[in-house]
Amino acid sequence: MIETYCSVIDFGLIDYKKAYKAQLEFLMSRQLNEISDVLILLEHPHVYTIGRLGSKSNLLINQRELKKREIFVYEVDRGGDITYHGPGQLVAYPIMNLKLLNLRIIDYLRKLEESVIRFFEDFGVNSTRKEGLTGVWVRDKKIASIGIGVKKWVTYHGISININSDLDYFNLINPCGIRKLRMTSLASVLDTRIDMHSAKRTFIESFMEVFGFRCDGKIPALD
Amino acid sequence: MTKVILPELGSGVNEATVSYWHFEEGDKVTEGEDLVEMTTDKATFNIPAPCSGVLSEVNFGEGDAVKVGDVIAVIEEAEG
Repeated sequence: MIETYCSVIDFGLIDYKKAYKAQLEFLMSRQLNEISDVLILLEHPHVYTIGRLGSKSNLLINQRELKKREIFVYEVDRGGDITYHGPGQLVAYPIMNLKLLNLRIIDYLRKLEESVIRFFEDFGVNSTRKEGLTGVWVRDKKIASIGIGVKKWVTYHGISININSDLDYFNLINPCGIRKLRMTSLASVLDTRIDMHSAKRTFIESFMEVFGFRCDGKIPALD
Repeated sequence: MTKVILPELGSGVNEATVSYWHFEEGDKVTEGEDLVEMTTDKATFNIPAPCSGVLSEVNFGEGDAVKVGDVIAVIEEAEG
């Protein structure tokens, strides 16, 4: 019998490095089967991260500007190129054992996209995948990005969904290494600010549904 | 002798690139330990050693593309 319980932890606004360290701790505990699968939700302060396939040439501002704007840059061990995280963006890091869930790696990426697409449906927003690309789009603009890592079949890193994000920060990079890629946010699409607390709740529901997790409706970190 | 094979990735993706070897040919490895890091477009994943023993054959170097089902490496199982 496969264990299909997933707990949820909300870190609130948390420094990238601190959250990364926490991810690795959960990752290790999950590998040792000390904990169940976990969905970590959080927001980061302004930060650019460059994945395994990335290059600093996709960062379009210099050190001095970065310092002035208090943006940190980290090279990280996930798939993908450069991306931006910041307040108003919902970041989800699922720490899950793919072997126990019987999920192949790329199928896992597609399921993450599915959970985001369903999340937007709840807000009445139609979003799609793009052939040959990873992530979720509203018309020709990207609204959610994905980059993951897997160690001993346990996932880390994950998805970032622009809710109330300041999209100007994406103009200072070539997001995902794609020149002139246009980004959007749920707030821009709906032309209204979204309550992050309810966005998190909605995402948890769509995530649990897509991955077939039992969800008892109680989310300790949020209640 | 146990072959280390690139497993099915799903969703019609059938290739990944070797991004990092955690071990070299001749190294002792332990079952379950991550052996080699592979990269696709948005995923970086590690393939654990299927058994304990000596990494006797490494067939792909860092930067090489590997197809699903390819033998990435061979482990000579530990005796006893």
